[in-house]
Amino acid sequence: MKNNPYAFEAAEILNFYDETGIDRTYELKWETPVTIGQFFEVSVPGIGEAPISISEYKDGILYMTIRRVGRVTDVIFNKTIGQHLHVRGPFGNGFETSRFESSPVSIIAGGTGLAPVRGLVERLSHIAPDSLELLVGFKSPDDMLFRETLKEWENRFKLMVTVDQACEGYTGRMGLVTKFISELGINQPDRQFIVVGPPIMMKFVTLELLKAGIQEEKITMSFERNMSCGIGKCGHCKIDETYVCLEGPVFGYPKAKHLID
Amino acid sequence: MGYLMNRDTFSKWIESLWQVGEVFGPILMEQKGAFSGTDLTTYGPVKAFDDLIVNSKTYLSPKQYVFPMRETLFHFEDESFKVPDLDTKPIYVFLRACDINGIDRLDTMFLKNGTVVDPYYARRRERMVFLMMECTDKGFDSCFCVSMESNKTDDWDFSFKCEGDSVSVLMNQSNDEKEPQSVGVNFATNALKQISKERDLSEVPSFVKENKITVTLPVLGSINKSMFGHELWQEYTIRCIACGRCNTSCVTCSCFTMQDVKFGEVFGERRRRWASCHVKEYSDMAGGHSFRKKNGERMRFKTLHKIDDFNKRFGKNMCVGCGRCDDVCPEYISFSKAINKLSHIIQENGGDGNEK
Repeated sequence: MKNNPYAFEAAEILNFYDETGIDRTYELKWETPVTIGQFFEVSVPGIGEAPISISEYKDGILYMTIRRVGRVTDVIFNKTIGQHLHVRGPFGNGFETSRFESSPVSIIAGGTGLAPVRGLVERLSHIAPDSLELLVGFKSPDDMLFRETLKEWENRFKLMVTVDQACEGYTGRMGLVTKFISELGINQPDRQFIVVGPPIMMKFVTLELLKAGIQEEKITMSFERNMSCGIGKCGHCKIDETYVCLEGPVFGYPKAKHLID
Repeated sequence: MGYLMNRDTFSKWIESLWQVGEVFGPILMEQKGAFSGTDLTTYGPVKAFDDLIVNSKTYLSPKQYVFPMRETLFHFEDESFKVPDLDTKPIYVFLRACDINGIDRLDTMFLKNGTVVDPYYARRRERMVFLMMECTDKGFDSCFCVSMESNKTDDWDFSFKCEGDSVSVLMNQSNDEKEPQSVGVNFATNALKQISKERDLSEVPSFVKENKITVTLPVLGSINKSMFGHELWQEYTIRCIACGRCNTSCVTCSCFTMQDVKFGEVFGERRRRWASCHVKEYSDMAGGHSFRKKNGERMRFKTLHKIDDFNKRFGKNMCVGCGRCDDVCPEYISFSKAINKLSHIIQENGGDGNEK
């Protein structure tokens, strides 16, 4: 069968490392270009397939941060370096990075929502570290992703990390991300905001931003859905007349506000 | 161009079609009905005229012949995979105008939505030959095809109707101009010529002009987001039991989920199987988040997809008014009534879905 969009390729696992007790970043060998914000269908033949967003793509290496939450990811976590993950994609639109290179940007991420914007943060931090802001919230200090990278980022641009619940010995910020929105550059008229995280978090963050007088056009969001196909056929990611896998997962707020599940 | 023949000759025609392909249509399965002592009308192989059931509607639609309930996409052996070979034989299907329109909606999803064609769908679709059964009178009790404008179609290959012992068969002239010519259509045409004498039946197929049920559709663009939380949907939260029968019986429901199966250590397969937006887990995501937990919200999602969202995207309604969802619902939920209720509320609110 020619042009089979369900066919996958074996991508070699070059390296992996644990981010938390249940999150692990995989580095896969991948030659064809990928846009930050796109996603892949990752599978283990005979076990299943799951949509996974990419966290970075550079020098022929695809980075994916995968959370161990189900049947497929359980088996993925048993894979070792030199073995393969079976992937097809990339799917979706991804971030239009050029849009964010010309104006100051604040990125607000919740939990694993940090993964799909990691590559964007990295890129912007090299282009305009002075105007970049990242506000990221985790459930607890144990859930923090990219610890080493966060430390490095902290030295280069404005980074605020907060946790919903602290544990003993934690001395950083505490509270939901919405509590710290006022500390972002919300008064700069040309600043753009990117919001990625669980649906409830994105809802309240965007409400807070609008309350602060941010124009709808300045807000960008990325959606997560349980895509089975990635090519606009299976129906799982449909919201109204929009297919998240085709028109998204990255949406401007003027469009996103109309997307009600 | 047409042919007039008796039932036996028609049976011979069906028999000849089996030489090159398979023939399916509405048949009776004795004792398979929902209640003791009742039969089930459903789709199955048709060998002769008498197998065909023309006076009741099938439980499932003919979509299974182009989009099977469960379809293997790959066979696995260790880490290598193979796409299953498929017959290239014609699939002759007896179906009605609403179902032909329903398959057009499936074509829209599988062949046109997004940027790529679904090759598994395409390879079955190109084998199909439509043998259209003319509906009589007002159709069946739950039909509302006229309101959905899917009572008519030009996309039939052969059309037939029976009167007493005689059966008249029409051939669609537009097939002569189609490129490439369908193997299945050509064979069936030649077979007709051999067994029956061509007559000048200059008639065209007749379609149902009126149903017992009339549905008023909301004006496109009139459904406001405030309708999403309307109390209208609460009734379905109470009544719907999320069994998904409406989805499985629907000719236009096209959702599917991937499913992998393993046979021992080495062999396995990846399948897709029908998915239902009414059934739990449809929108579940890794980590436990899901959307539309209430059954009423699922009813809203389905209703708006069928009569609003699809239309906004593709310029035609998804629902074709076959009424099967009403026939099969164990809770006696009527989709046509749901549409009418929605339209009524929108009209009462001044046509924009906003409460005034």
